[in-house]
Amino acid sequence: MEYKLTFRTYSDALKKNKLLGLKCNDCGTFTCPPKMTCQECAGTDLEIAELSGKGEIVTFTQTFVSPLGRECEVPYTIMLVELEEGPWIMGNLIDLAPDKINMELIGKKVKLGHKLFPGDTYSDGEAARPQFSFVV
Amino acid sequence: MRRVAVVGTGHTDFVFNSPKTEVEMLAEASMDAINQSNLKPKDIQALYCGNCLGDFSEGQGMVQSYVANDIGCFNIPASRFEGACASATMAIRDAYMWVASGFYDIVLTGGTEKATAMGTPLATRTFAMFGDSRYENPAGFTFPAFFAMEAHLYSKKYNMPLERLKEQMALVSVQSHQYGMNNPHAQFHKEITVDKVLNGFMVTSPLQLLDCCPFSDGAAAVVLASEDVAKRLIDKPVYIAGVGQASSGKMSSQYKYLPRLRAREWGVKQAYEMAGLGPKDIDVCELHDCFSIASIIAAEGLGFAELGKGGELWEKGETKIGGKIPVNISGGLKSKGHPIGATGASQVHEIARQLRGELVDEGRQVEGAKVGLVDTLGGDGVIVDLILKTD
Repeated sequence: MEYKLTFRTYSDALKKNKLLGLKCNDCGTFTCPPKMTCQECAGTDLEIAELSGKGEIVTFTQTFVSPLGRECEVPYTIMLVELEEGPWIMGNLIDLAPDKINMELIGKKVKLGHKLFPGDTYSDGEAARPQFSFVV
Repeated sequence: MRRVAVVGTGHTDFVFNSPKTEVEMLAEASMDAINQSNLKPKDIQALYCGNCLGDFSEGQGMVQSYVANDIGCFNIPASRFEGACASATMAIRDAYMWVASGFYDIVLTGGTEKATAMGTPLATRTFAMFGDSRYENPAGFTFPAFFAMEAHLYSKKYNMPLERLKEQMALVSVQSHQYGMNNPHAQFHKEITVDKVLNGFMVTSPLQLLDCCPFSDGAAAVVLASEDVAKRLIDKPVYIAGVGQASSGKMSSQYKYLPRLRAREWGVKQAYEMAGLGPKDIDVCELHDCFSIASIIAAEGLGFAELGKGGELWEKGETKIGGKIPVNISGGLKSKGHPIGATGASQVHEIARQLRGELVDEGRQVEGAKVGLVDTLGGDGVIVDLILKTD
């Protein structure tokens, strides 16, 4: 059985600021990032859906100690965003003054863009990653 | 299923920059465990070994076979378990099942790790491999970041001001360092204060340096035997009364439950049901305090406190010797150290010693302890829980 939506396809779409997920035809749940089966009911009758890319911040952290090779990026902010369609995805927040990174971020409305991770020695090539900015 | 006992354990010092190899460290701990069991290497029928990152830290894979050979357990089946920080606990659970089933009578299990050889940047990179490599790591994900996001989520969801949560978290680290002072194998013998924790270097907000366990080198080993064999070998067998293990997907896929970690709730439920026991029956617990917030979340998941109230256990001193549920009297991962492939075996070693009443001289004995719980978390995807018990 083949994946309906693989990482490669998801990443290529994200490079065009399009967020792809899966809609379950059995229970209606959206799964994003995509998987082989529905996140809720493990159903396999899934169709590819373009999500709005809009949502709100549910949690965050500002990181000062990076993995090897990412030192030039610190400090950066990692977040989980609850999408309008329900699922949460992990991504970054656009650059923001460090004193603005606090609990006030939770609940703020954001919209999706992307940034490219070129990959490192331990990656299988590049990966587009969600990068969010505030909805004004 | 037969009853299975811990008949001997061994534990190296947990240190920064060990001069020994992963194989040497586990071989030393294993020989101590075998000797304590009144056995010889030829009596061991199989080895179940936790090891996570030897490929990266030493360029050494397949440590399990070399350990078996080094200690004179020639040609026995040897298997390596990789479940991030829960690797050794996974190995012990499997070793338990092979003896319980009757397939083997005596097996050696344990784990070894030499994380400090990698240095902080590579160690941080390799630990991040226990997150989702394609959908989450590209954001610069690290393990401290996982628990940092858990802390902010916890504060919001349970409506606890971050300042109070941070103080509770600091108390977790302070207690661990206090007990680590009395553990001769611990990496740190240094008392700290709440002020020191709250003024430390920011690793990833809100986690500061002393909210985080260190990178460590070390090994620990455990010999398991069937009940009838155990009774012939030693006076005070400690039995494995319940085991549980569960898994989960990438962090974002756990969105319906976070900051709860459901794998723990499933894992410990299996262990409690198998043992016919519950949280109130546990006399002493070693839980996975990789980060201070992780202890608070673990205490709730294991049933010692209601959701949002785990930190109160530390505020009220309930986690100390003499409290409702003594936690991490070894010093925990925070002070004892966290050589990830060995941690679960170290926790079992500690609980077995508590239940045998061997820690009086070290000033860390929970008096009269008869039932102990081991809880180990690996990445965000594996949690293993074991209940140990004396008759």
